[in-house]
Amino acid sequence: MANPAVLKTRLKKFLLLPLWFALLAWPLMGAVGAVQLAGTLVVGALSVSAIFSLSRSEGFKKVILTPVRLFPTQILEARGDFFKKILMAGGAAIVIILPLFLNNYYVDILSLAALYALLAIGLNITVGYTGLLDLGYAAFYGIGAYTYAILSTGFGLSFWLGLPVGAVLAAFFGLVLGLVTLRLRGDYLAIITLGFVQIVYLCLNNWNAVTQGPNGIMQIGRPALGSFVFRTPHHFYYLILFFVVLAALAVHRMLHSQIGRAWIAIREDEVAAEAMGIDTTRIKTLAFVLGAAIAGVAGVLFAARYTFISPESFTFLESVRILSMVVLGGMGSLPGAILGAFLLTVLPEMLRGLANYRMLIFGIALVVMMVFRPQGLLGKRS
Amino acid sequence: MFLQQLINGLTLGSVYALLALGYTMVYGILGLINFAHGEIYMIGAYLGIVYLGLFTVLGLTESHLLLSLFFVFVLSALTCAGYGMTMERIAYRPLRKAHRLAPLISAIGMSIFLQNYVMLAQGSSDKVVPHLFSAEAVLGTHFPMSQIQGFIIAASFLLMAILHFFIRKTRLGKAMRATSQDKTMAALCGIPIDRIIAITFIIGSILAAVAGVMVSVYYGVVNFYIGYVAGLKAFTAAVLGGIGNIPGAMLGGLLLGLVESLGSAYISTEFKDGFAFLILILVLIFRPTGLLGEKGGDRV
Repeated sequence: MANPAVLKTRLKKFLLLPLWFALLAWPLMGAVGAVQLAGTLVVGALSVSAIFSLSRSEGFKKVILTPVRLFPTQILEARGDFFKKILMAGGAAIVIILPLFLNNYYVDILSLAALYALLAIGLNITVGYTGLLDLGYAAFYGIGAYTYAILSTGFGLSFWLGLPVGAVLAAFFGLVLGLVTLRLRGDYLAIITLGFVQIVYLCLNNWNAVTQGPNGIMQIGRPALGSFVFRTPHHFYYLILFFVVLAALAVHRMLHSQIGRAWIAIREDEVAAEAMGIDTTRIKTLAFVLGAAIAGVAGVLFAARYTFISPESFTFLESVRILSMVVLGGMGSLPGAILGAFLLTVLPEMLRGLANYRMLIFGIALVVMMVFRPQGLLGKRS
Repeated sequence: MFLQQLINGLTLGSVYALLALGYTMVYGILGLINFAHGEIYMIGAYLGIVYLGLFTVLGLTESHLLLSLFFVFVLSALTCAGYGMTMERIAYRPLRKAHRLAPLISAIGMSIFLQNYVMLAQGSSDKVVPHLFSAEAVLGTHFPMSQIQGFIIAASFLLMAILHFFIRKTRLGKAMRATSQDKTMAALCGIPIDRIIAITFIIGSILAAVAGVMVSVYYGVVNFYIGYVAGLKAFTAAVLGGIGNIPGAMLGGLLLGLVESLGSAYISTEFKDGFAFLILILVLIFRPTGLLGEKGGDRV
């Protein structure tokens, strides 16, 4: 028990590491903050290690560890299609019926979650299936939103006409960006898309004549069906849900078609895919355009729902938020994207009390997720 | 006017160049875009203020300005080196064998974490740096370069020369070059890869810290979000020069600083931040390997 090597690693884990972090934090947090940090870390390290030593016992492994590790991908697969179908039907019933019994506040959050689910589904096409890291996804979202906002306030265009226009314009930008950049390697693509979202943000923020700059655009028209106007959170929840289902079905169908297989082939090995006769540039551009179009639709929905938009909603950070939904859920998993969007919208809302620490925790969570479960919650281990 | 802008651009450019070196070295060795590098620079800027404040309270800045400045730089650089090393250990080393999006996302997480950590520790309002240098021109009125500008340009060039010497002439530099060419082969030749990568992060962080301290003294105002935009621009500079290429990063940084300074003076101030990204996109379209980069085929 008390052999020197074990003692040494323990000393390192429980004392030296917290001290090191405290030392690093000292100049910025002050002495009191650093001591508090060290204390927290010592307690944290001890409790984590307690959990881990507990996890060595057989009972714990059987009851908790194995299910957690297998959950939910393998368990779902083991149960077969029938179980999956029941689960999906149950999920669908909850998603449709539950909001009827909730008040406006909760339905508002849920409709935001649905909007993010739509975005995550779109981004999942490029990042998850095709393996192209798009850091500028919020730009397409913004283009869709501003297209509808400008057409609605300036020309009185209705929502149902604005929707395709927004989607097509976003897709057009996706096409241009895609054609220009897709022959570049992955990291360069990430950077270009990042530059793109910055430029779009700068334009939205500074092109006052068209976008009204940082003030944003107000009084955007609400969607209407005949004499029925979408007003309450419930209305919007079901409207957005409709589009989520539509997008999910479309993507699901595509995924099991030739195009979907080509996407995955490109993700796994682009050179090999090309050798197999896949027109990689065309297929990659298609993924990019499709993702952009879905973002455009989400943007129009966003503008119509809040009737007010400003450039702040379409920054790089928004791209990162959508990306983390995809990553959290599991890259390349359709249910994963939806789950990720739901979790990352609802959890921060529940953590409102921790307002200042929210983004801090978010950052740590991204790192921890990548280190311990890079495939995400519902992703398959590669 | 033109000369003034040229000098402003050169000052800004040397800061970008120092930062770009950190990006380019890490990319050269790990193939990773270290998104959190800009945050190290931001932390360096804050540390500069903290240590400067400490020395001012101790009364050292009044009696020995240059000496205390020197120690501010050294202390900030050391602390940032600690940050950079720890960051690599926590967020990147465990992911070295993971798929290539994983370290990038981990880096984004690290960047968000560091930003918010500094915001919580130091508050979200601007920090103001005590005024230390006179704005007077050093070389007479015909040559409009202030003391601090001269200092920044000189110090940056000195550091870059030292780095160049280090990479080209020392054993450690040779080991770094070998690691960036082929990690497996370098490891087989007995080069301790992990340590070389840690050293790369340390050197990058030191350069970023120096850049951060210089900027905080130069502009006099620091905020927790300065690292993000500066980091993006520095990365642009690295790509412009040819990523992975050390002289390229220096050249790219200087060019970018000049373009930005002249562009905001003669074209548009609002879109000042846009020039860098426009250049980035143009370079990647027409010459993806950058100005000094060599063409390398995709490895299968």
